[in-house]
Amino acid sequence: MTDCVLFASLFATYAVLHNNTFGGPGAHELFSMPFVLAETLILLTSSFTAGLAILATHQGKRNQVLTWLSLTFLLGVAFLTMEITEFSHLAAEGNSWQRSGFLSAFFTLVGTHGLHIATGLLWMTVLMIQVLRRGLGTATVRRLTLLSLFWHFLDVIWIFIFTIVYLMGAIQV
Amino acid sequence: MIFLGNALGLLTLNALKHDGFTGVMLLATAVMGALGGLLAVAALTYFKRWGWILGRAKWLWREWLTSLDPKKIGVMYIAVAFLMLLRGATDAAMMRAQQVLSVGQSHGVLSADTFQQVFSAHGTIMIFFVAMGLMFGLINLVVPLQIGARDVAFPFMNSASFWLYVAGAVLMNVSLVVGEFAATGWLAYPPLSELRYSPGVGVDYWIWSLQIAGVGSLLSGVNFLVTILKLRRPGMTMMKMPMFVWSVLNAMVLVVFAFPILTATLAMLALDRTLGMHFFTSGFGGNPMMYVNLIWAWGHPEVYILILPAFGVFSEVVATFSSKRLFGYKSMVWALGSITFLSFLVWLHHFFTMGAGANVNAFFGIMTMVIAIPTGVKVFNWLFTMYRGRIRFTTPMLWFLGFVVTFTLGGMAGVLMAVPSVDFQLHNSLFLVAHFHTMIVGGVIFGLFAGITYWFPKIFGFRLNERLGRYAFWCWLTGFLLAFVPLYILGMMGATRRLDHYEPSTGWRGLFIVAGVGVCVIGLGIGFQILQMIVSVWRRKENLDMTGDPWGGRTLEWSTTSPPPVYNFATLDAVTERDAFWASKQKKASGGRKPHYTDIALPKNSAMGIILAGFAFVLGFAVIWHIWWLAVVGLLGVIATIIIRTSTDDSEYTIPAAKVEEAA
Repeated sequence: MTDCVLFASLFATYAVLHNNTFGGPGAHELFSMPFVLAETLILLTSSFTAGLAILATHQGKRNQVLTWLSLTFLLGVAFLTMEITEFSHLAAEGNSWQRSGFLSAFFTLVGTHGLHIATGLLWMTVLMIQVLRRGLGTATVRRLTLLSLFWHFLDVIWIFIFTIVYLMGAIQV
Repeated sequence: MIFLGNALGLLTLNALKHDGFTGVMLLATAVMGALGGLLAVAALTYFKRWGWILGRAKWLWREWLTSLDPKKIGVMYIAVAFLMLLRGATDAAMMRAQQVLSVGQSHGVLSADTFQQVFSAHGTIMIFFVAMGLMFGLINLVVPLQIGARDVAFPFMNSASFWLYVAGAVLMNVSLVVGEFAATGWLAYPPLSELRYSPGVGVDYWIWSLQIAGVGSLLSGVNFLVTILKLRRPGMTMMKMPMFVWSVLNAMVLVVFAFPILTATLAMLALDRTLGMHFFTSGFGGNPMMYVNLIWAWGHPEVYILILPAFGVFSEVVATFSSKRLFGYKSMVWALGSITFLSFLVWLHHFFTMGAGANVNAFFGIMTMVIAIPTGVKVFNWLFTMYRGRIRFTTPMLWFLGFVVTFTLGGMAGVLMAVPSVDFQLHNSLFLVAHFHTMIVGGVIFGLFAGITYWFPKIFGFRLNERLGRYAFWCWLTGFLLAFVPLYILGMMGATRRLDHYEPSTGWRGLFIVAGVGVCVIGLGIGFQILQMIVSVWRRKENLDMTGDPWGGRTLEWSTTSPPPVYNFATLDAVTERDAFWASKQKKASGGRKPHYTDIALPKNSAMGIILAGFAFVLGFAVIWHIWWLAVVGLLGVIATIIIRTSTDDSEYTIPAAKVEEAA
């Protein structure tokens, strides 16, 4: 909930600043839609595998849980790598966060989401080790459920980012 | 590259240099401190008391610092907040002294830059580290007891919140010696607070001490929200909760919704300053007014985060000391709810002069006036509670009476300023300063003092000295009126806030002198409070509370012993009525049935909270001074501490039922 408000603040800021390009490039000139679409699909799939992991948790199938979690982890890493690639491309072309208010807001909004994904990946690693060492106790099941909630939440946030930043950015001229 | 630069980043010996008055003061403090330390070491060695000191330190560590008991955490909150109050009050005295002395040819004792740092520090300390600290302290002490619970929902998180608050407070005080503090006012508006106009580390200190303490508050908000929603005694439905719990519930909802905005805003300002982004800069497409909007979208709810628990305290105090049930319980609940809702719709009244246009200003002006209605409902309910009650004029009740008068006056001033056209005249004047001090001092601080006096016997087992309490109250009230009524008048005469110098032809000096005298009287009041504490502890035998119910209380916290056992209540009997304890006293012994005792599981002590906050402090300090390797150490430390703590399953111990029965 609090994270929602945090993102809401960042979205509001982005909405205010998204035209303040200060002579620099705007959203429609910068983003490559196919690339972002691939990112989106990867993240959505990871949400699906996270869901499968929870299903397996409730059936008490430890190995399945680990398999699905690893898959989710790999997809998360792939997503993060793509995002970092996109960021470094932008920066290399001279369009870093120092270029304009619009780019500051863009990097912070999308970067905060990326930071959350990284946190989720770290969390996932810790939990996988716990599942390996202690199996599926009540405490671990609760933690897994919380992690999957967090992961789905990040997915929802990404949908908003995809729509507001990328799609609406591509439409406007 | 900045990453490979100086190993200590921007930190050089220059950071320890201070000019003029501050320099002298700091040097004096440092010399005194060093002498005192040497003397203490010498005395300890001479009298061979090292063992005793180590024993005490161990006791402090085991019984207090690592404790997860909300009662102890609450006491520690209040202790830290009182220390910060002393510093904040000293800042206030320095400002008043400057404004009395610095007229015409004379320029007083403080340089303009020091004066700016002093008023910025005063505001920051009083809001974040005094008012918030006292509030969370009181909530920790009272809420679990009032809802008849044994603990909070997340005991470890509670300890972490407290220590993050301490880390923020320490960071803030470090700025006094190492480097400088912000000279930008307590909310650090850009573009002044941007790197270009404030190149020093002052604003960074401001950002990081608030960021760290703010995360602590946010976690506390989540914690108490869940505690109130999930851990109430069986049978205590929402509409049977004590009014203080209702007020805290509303305040915590505000914390949960408002504090993330602060976190995001501070982070954006930090990104601007540290990474060269352009959120709030005046060039490169930044928008400084967005900062002002965001900070008040947090800031106005913050005002209510502080005042709502004070309202709750008064609701308890008035009902208890009038020996009557609270008048209009349901309307009180609805009033709290509507204040909570409306508090998110008024933030723009802090900057009518921004130029948002007549219609926007009119909307926010009307909303601001509307919020006075539920507040008025509450004032009348308190008065009706007193009507035909059997009133006892104890110290908490005196604080309440003082509050009603000052708060109503200040509230009227607020409604006046809600008219945008009036606000254009009064914006940034001392009238405004007088208004919000009437609300924060006359409202929040009086309320928290009333609460501390009221619940003190519950926590410590003896009452505070009434006579000295009364002296303290009268000094505070007269001192307060002397200090702030002149400011209303000065504001009308055109004196702006944050003035470090003015001309004698303005004719303001007399009123400034009166205000200065007022501050001295408040200082006398603080002196009486310290004396009261000492005398009460000294002669605690005279005021012992053996019954657990020293005031004739109405709510559950008075049903257990004073001080309560670590598990608060031996049995968790169901509740059937609103003033549960009062009702059970009326019915007398329902008795006969032997109470059924069970094993009680409680959290073990943990040092992880301190360690976590320690690393957070290191992180904040390192980023302020651009010591990047140290920042990485701090960040990794925070992450590692969290992982280790969350991987620990064995964090509770059990008190067997037999032992509980023995104690009961």
